[in-house]
Amino acid sequence: MSVSTAPGLLRFITCGSVDDGKSSLLGRLLYDAGMLPDDQLAALARDSRRQHADASDVLDFSLLTDGLDAERQQGITIDVAYRYFHTARRSFIVADCPGHEQYTRNMATGASNAELAVVLVDARKGVLPQTRRHTYICGLLGIRQVVLAVNKMDLVDYDPVVYAAIAAQYRVLAQEMGIVEVHCLPVVALTGDNVGARSSRMPWYQGDSLLELLEKVEVTPFRAADFRMPVQWVNRPDHAFRGYAGTICGGRVSCGDEVIVQPGGQSAHIERIVSADGDLPSAADGQAVTLCLDREIDVSRGDVIADALRPAPVSDQFTCHLLWMGDATLLPNRTYWLKIGTRTVNARVMSIKYKVDVNSQAKLAARHLSLNEVGYCTLGLDDEIAFEAYASNRTLGGFILIDRQSNATVACGMLDFALGRSANVHWQHVDIDRTVRAASKGQHPLCLWFTGLSGAGKSTIANLVERRLHALGYHTYLLDGDNVRHGINKDLGFTPEDRVENIRRIAEVAHLMVDAGLIVLVSAISPYRSERQSARELFDKAEFMEVFVDTPLEECERRDVKGLYRKARAGTIRNFTGIDAPYERPEAPDIHLLSNGERAEQLAEQVTVELLARLDNSGSHE
Amino acid sequence: MTTASLQTHSHLDDLEAESIHIFREVQAAFQHPVMLYSIGKDSSVLLHLLRKAFYPARPLMPVLHVDTTWKFREMIAFRDQVAAAGDVEVLVHINEDGVRQGISPLTHGATVHTDVMKTVALKQALDQYGFDAAIGGARRDEEKSRAKERIFSFRNAQHRWDPRNQRPEFWHTYNTHIRKGESVRVFPLSNWTEMDVWLYIQRENIPVVPLYFAKPRPVVERDGALIMVDDERFVLREGESVQMREVRFRTLGCYPLTGAVESSADTLAKIIDEMANSRSSERQGRVIDQDPTASMERKKQEGYF
Repeated sequence: MSVSTAPGLLRFITCGSVDDGKSSLLGRLLYDAGMLPDDQLAALARDSRRQHADASDVLDFSLLTDGLDAERQQGITIDVAYRYFHTARRSFIVADCPGHEQYTRNMATGASNAELAVVLVDARKGVLPQTRRHTYICGLLGIRQVVLAVNKMDLVDYDPVVYAAIAAQYRVLAQEMGIVEVHCLPVVALTGDNVGARSSRMPWYQGDSLLELLEKVEVTPFRAADFRMPVQWVNRPDHAFRGYAGTICGGRVSCGDEVIVQPGGQSAHIERIVSADGDLPSAADGQAVTLCLDREIDVSRGDVIADALRPAPVSDQFTCHLLWMGDATLLPNRTYWLKIGTRTVNARVMSIKYKVDVNSQAKLAARHLSLNEVGYCTLGLDDEIAFEAYASNRTLGGFILIDRQSNATVACGMLDFALGRSANVHWQHVDIDRTVRAASKGQHPLCLWFTGLSGAGKSTIANLVERRLHALGYHTYLLDGDNVRHGINKDLGFTPEDRVENIRRIAEVAHLMVDAGLIVLVSAISPYRSERQSARELFDKAEFMEVFVDTPLEECERRDVKGLYRKARAGTIRNFTGIDAPYERPEAPDIHLLSNGERAEQLAEQVTVELLARLDNSGSHE
Repeated sequence: MTTASLQTHSHLDDLEAESIHIFREVQAAFQHPVMLYSIGKDSSVLLHLLRKAFYPARPLMPVLHVDTTWKFREMIAFRDQVAAAGDVEVLVHINEDGVRQGISPLTHGATVHTDVMKTVALKQALDQYGFDAAIGGARRDEEKSRAKERIFSFRNAQHRWDPRNQRPEFWHTYNTHIRKGESVRVFPLSNWTEMDVWLYIQRENIPVVPLYFAKPRPVVERDGALIMVDDERFVLREGESVQMREVRFRTLGCYPLTGAVESSADTLAKIIDEMANSRSSERQGRVIDQDPTASMERKKQEGYF
């Protein structure tokens, strides 16, 4: 083991299965380090008596860290608790992480900022699937060192053979999961054997106690060598000063250095490194500074200022590991916000190459990811970003995905490398552009998007509207959801994943047609808000109108023109919108058609009137 | 406990950088942020970091003090000095309904007083100004439920915290997306300990309220705590008497709810030395924390800071 003369702060996590004694070990560690003040000890004694009426003089250290009422009631850890302690040799921040599979996202939260993990196993049970899962998550989040504490040695009569077998088995699996260094030791958390001080009951163990080990262990900082700084905020108090504030996430920068602003690619030299304590000649990884450049270039939040000689790679397509944390499943091709460093950009998972069984690490085929599942995916972004592989830079390689409807953090991801294909596919310049094409048709192209339940009357109304427009001399095209399923979307079914892809393709085709100068009418159930929003975002603001054909389910079911509701009720077709698949009502449609007793002709007239008003506003029909 | 000498320069630098990063993220990502200012030592550190984070610009976000009308007089004088400096906009909010009802910690007890004059008052102020992010000085080492809280901690439109369903938080990549009416509470000092705060105050020469330094003060022993008689509203109970004792405060709040500790530490160096050898925790002096029906978790769920 490498020993440092002056080790810095150590951030570590503790993880283990239920009843492995993880919280007890941590409590004991704090107690042995002398970090429990008298009033906390008194409160602990009181709480221990309340919780364990039978054993009145035992201190239950798990009550120290399980700080939420629900945790104390259920006797489990739900969320990460952070504790701060120090010895004469070192300061520590420890994140006590939950072991239950359902709280994997909370464990990953703790692991994301840690350098080392203390993994507990029960000497009687040995390495369990949970042990594998915890170690896998640690490796995934970039932890390279693990201390394996084999607990409850008293219950196996302090047997060195039991200990050695567990340690040997663990070393093998840890190596498979990318853990570079493993330290093993036998402990009894409850009585403190080998926790603070070495135990006299296990003379066969000659190594350090846990605390000694943590004091000595040297962690290689997870830090990149090349200068990188994501711009967080542009500081412009007056016209005389313009600085770019951010935290350096790699390397070092000095005044006079040439830097490049990515992904754009403009370069400049560093003129000043400003801090409130005075200008600095240079600054390094981890410092929060404000950089001034020697010339005015366009820099905004989300850009990365990098070493001009060794810039970061730039791409919009990647492979990555994804830990899914959403309650709703990950749907490939759905648009999420991706936040990486200080940049937020639209992103889609293009494909799931495989998912990983977190307990066995087997690679399995997958069409979607559920809560706490890990997948290896390809990712596509709307814009290019400067990035690094997660293995070399946590800030520029680690990202989160945010659901655009609920704002929930639904995934964390670790970038691997860029896919080559985007770099080789360029936009081809064409001389006849959309304005020219629209002008030759003498109309303002747009997309009219009809959404609603099956049988709501979307296609009937769209058809009537198209006839009216055609009669008025407009160039139109009706893209019908049913019809495209016979051709371009022939390969898609009705699962949530396929519905997302169905709408994405329809929207892209509609977009091409609008680009060609047409007025496009789309008629598709399009049940998800998220995909309708993505469709809308393909177009300019004035080019898209959402028409909600709001027919009640009972009415659609009564009509049942295609006999589909009857089949869905009978269970012969599945994933039928409104029956066993959801329809998310539009919150603010451009046109809201309430079809209570109104005839299709009247509703079509309503759409035509509003559409013509819109077309008039954007210029007269010639 | 070991001495503080090993708290290295670079550790404080790391903490400072992390806090500044958080301040800037709030400023960049929210429409209408505010910094909560409670006049205590943690708030003094926050204010210092607020100025540093946006230098050379002046802080763009205002600072809000929720005044319960029962703070120590020296605290209010200190706050007014901060406001007089002129570089930061200081807002003061008082729950006037509570004042009209005559809510007092002495007659209504700690729980009612704290709820009406702090929790309700804070929610009133946040709603009135429409703040979507509120920065506070809470630290995870203070208390068990705080140890569980995220740095960017989501609140629904009713200002409630759901501790069982917190947003996961990775690296320093914070999710700042909220809907209209919702808000976040943000804690840049999450990873600081009480010791870090004092060492930083010493290093950066940050002014703090003089009540932190020991000096003879008039106190009454009540329910095991030393309560300072700060104004004429304090009514002695039978058998109580005012004594001059050499005391100081480890935390500051409403004077009838804040216990003093006997101490002769009248300099920063002595305070740090005293703390390094202390056997009791910081919040021991807080009367509200010892009321078992009002755990911090519950108060926080209801919107307390």
